[in-house]
Amino acid sequence: MHDTRAHFLAPVPANKRRIAVTERSGADILMDCLVEQGVEVIFGYPGGAVLPIYDALFSDNRIRHILVRHEAGAAHAAEGYARSTGKPGVVLVTSGPGATNAVTGIADAFMDSIPMVVLTGQVATAMIGTDAFQEADTVGITRHCTKHNYLVKDPADLAATINEAFQIATTGRPGPVVIDIPKDVQVASAPVSQVAKSTRYSPHTIGADAAIAEAVAMIAAAKEPVLYTGGGVINSGPEASALLRELQELTGAPVTSTLMGLGAFPALNKAWLGMLGMHGTYEANMAMNRADLVVAIGSRFDDRVTGRIEDFAPNAKKIHIDIDRSSINKTVQVDLPILGDCAMVLRQMIDLWKASGAKPQNLGEWYARIDGWRARNSLAYPPSAEEIMPQLAVERLFELTKHHDPIITTEVGQHQMWAAQHFHFFSPNKWLTSGGLGTMGYGLPAAIGAQLGNPDALVIDIAGEASIQMNIQELGTASQYRLPVKVFILNNEYMGMVRQWQELTYESRYSNSYSDSLPDFVKLAEAYGWKGIRIEDLDDLDAGIQAMIDYDGPVIVDCRVAKLANCLPMFRSGAAHTEMMLYGDEAPEARTVSVEQKASV
Amino acid sequence: MHIEHRAQERHVLAITVDNESGILAKIAGLFTARGYNIDSLTVADISENHTVSRITIVTHGPPAVIDQIHAQLERLVPVHKVSDLTELGPHVERELALVKVAGRGDMRVEALRLADVYRAKVVDSTTESFIFEITGAPEKIDAFVALMRELGLVEVGRTGIVGMMRGANGA
Repeated sequence: MHDTRAHFLAPVPANKRRIAVTERSGADILMDCLVEQGVEVIFGYPGGAVLPIYDALFSDNRIRHILVRHEAGAAHAAEGYARSTGKPGVVLVTSGPGATNAVTGIADAFMDSIPMVVLTGQVATAMIGTDAFQEADTVGITRHCTKHNYLVKDPADLAATINEAFQIATTGRPGPVVIDIPKDVQVASAPVSQVAKSTRYSPHTIGADAAIAEAVAMIAAAKEPVLYTGGGVINSGPEASALLRELQELTGAPVTSTLMGLGAFPALNKAWLGMLGMHGTYEANMAMNRADLVVAIGSRFDDRVTGRIEDFAPNAKKIHIDIDRSSINKTVQVDLPILGDCAMVLRQMIDLWKASGAKPQNLGEWYARIDGWRARNSLAYPPSAEEIMPQLAVERLFELTKHHDPIITTEVGQHQMWAAQHFHFFSPNKWLTSGGLGTMGYGLPAAIGAQLGNPDALVIDIAGEASIQMNIQELGTASQYRLPVKVFILNNEYMGMVRQWQELTYESRYSNSYSDSLPDFVKLAEAYGWKGIRIEDLDDLDAGIQAMIDYDGPVIVDCRVAKLANCLPMFRSGAAHTEMMLYGDEAPEARTVSVEQKASV
Repeated sequence: MHIEHRAQERHVLAITVDNESGILAKIAGLFTARGYNIDSLTVADISENHTVSRITIVTHGPPAVIDQIHAQLERLVPVHKVSDLTELGPHVERELALVKVAGRGDMRVEALRLADVYRAKVVDSTTESFIFEITGAPEKIDAFVALMRELGLVEVGRTGIVGMMRGANGA
């Protein structure tokens, strides 16, 4: 290797960058590898330790770089791009604060199994460990929020590392991979050579035959089955969603889904129970509770799904299909684990079901019981003649946009749950939300990433007035790249979910949950070159939404909604999944707050 | 509200890993991040070309947690194989310790005599001290160290356990 230190100190003229025909700089090798991986878009922010890569990008028109306004925005935008396209999201940030700012997005992608490759600059190898300017132990910091990470110390290792990183990020249970590249490694050159495909990571994708046979027999014998699907079905690709529908038709079993799995099975289908869990429907949670068989497909028995473990689906035999062995028996012990990829295993089950001539039990009685729970109309909310109920706003948004087949992103909180409950999804990759980590500030950058990956789609971030401020700076990114994303803010002037929990658990002591000193969102939109729309009256709701849809450019809608609406149904953290609070059950006086109390917050 | 304590099992895990930087931190960090216990951990390169290391971890926890530890370890990319020796059956566990004892007169004679009984080797001596090297099952070392405590024990260094399945087959 050449003296990398010398290269680092003196800028290398462009014409000298290629030392020999067969040698390329680390930055150039990186570009070539990204192109080879099919990367079209990178979300990033420049800084000292990635200048050589940015210089390579400058003269390279094969990859489009999207300049975000904060590295957290880059990571979430990459997530939105990945979730909506099925392709890995790529992030490029500098060392130190560049990397640490991206960590929330990396952790978010890790929790929600989003394929992502994050390239971080690092101080020159000789400076590592000296507390150099903008040095952070990126590999150490990201060790437990990445699927894998690397520190590349020699440009000769770059190609193999990048190829393996993409393989790890996109196969098996997807996730984020960080590649930390010191500045001198970007500058120094290495011979270009073909690298063999890495063989050390090869996830198991095919379900064991015996387990498939047992699963088919169990489903055929079940009188009260439920298919409980999750984000793994989305991650497995559109084929998995199609196969899920086919299996449902064959077996007749009703379907519920986690927050992350919405869209895999079409809403409003007669077999659709709605989302399950803490804010899931009554029928979904009751069906899980009374089921004699639960088939978990790419879902992980998250605590927001199960509630108190001892009371979760107590009568059900449980089949768990998952590509990640560590997800199986992690919280809930199952009767039949099937290790494999959702699409692959569903295909195997369908094939065997057909070949063996399996017939489902008569599920008439089961559906009759489900209809009884459905009749409880658990998504009902108090009507209002004066105020815009937030649930109604989401319902109208759905009605007016559904023929556009929109992509919906959300922030985190009440608005997120209302969107999950009242917006309906019919195909995968249309619903982008921060499920596992619950990251406020996810929605706007994710919408930007989704819009880049789907230029013709209607992309809407259903937001809250508190969450949206966490990455509000990304308004500038959308302006710069002329991305017509829509931000629909359900503005109730509260961190609504925090306020709701304080009402329910802390006797309405609203400690720091009031959104004081809010910006004028319409003026803010205009300041960034967006259109701003304010909806204050119920009568203006539809017109406001329509104006948002019709505008050929980015729009913020500041929709003023009822301030103290609660998100129901709900079971409390640690309660059984049957202990649901429903509209109509609660005492109305518990939900009022005096004007003075609000003013004094 | 009180914290519930569940029945614990002791398990010995043999883990083969790619010999790359950060792997030990990944594994040790996995245990702290997920609240698992490490009773002992040993690691050394075991391959001819220095590409593979073997890590032996002794841990304890309820059976479901032990199963999770196994699965979580296997999830790490550089981990090739995880063998739960306790689960697999009869195996040997050995540990090496260096034990420094200082004393004169009868104490010194007695230390040397007990070292002989335990088949400990003298690897360093002065007129007033010995360093014994002792290998064996952890209980044997515990017993030896306990005896030396009364005979002028100065310090103890232990390697932690290395384990292997009995019989002709590898783990």
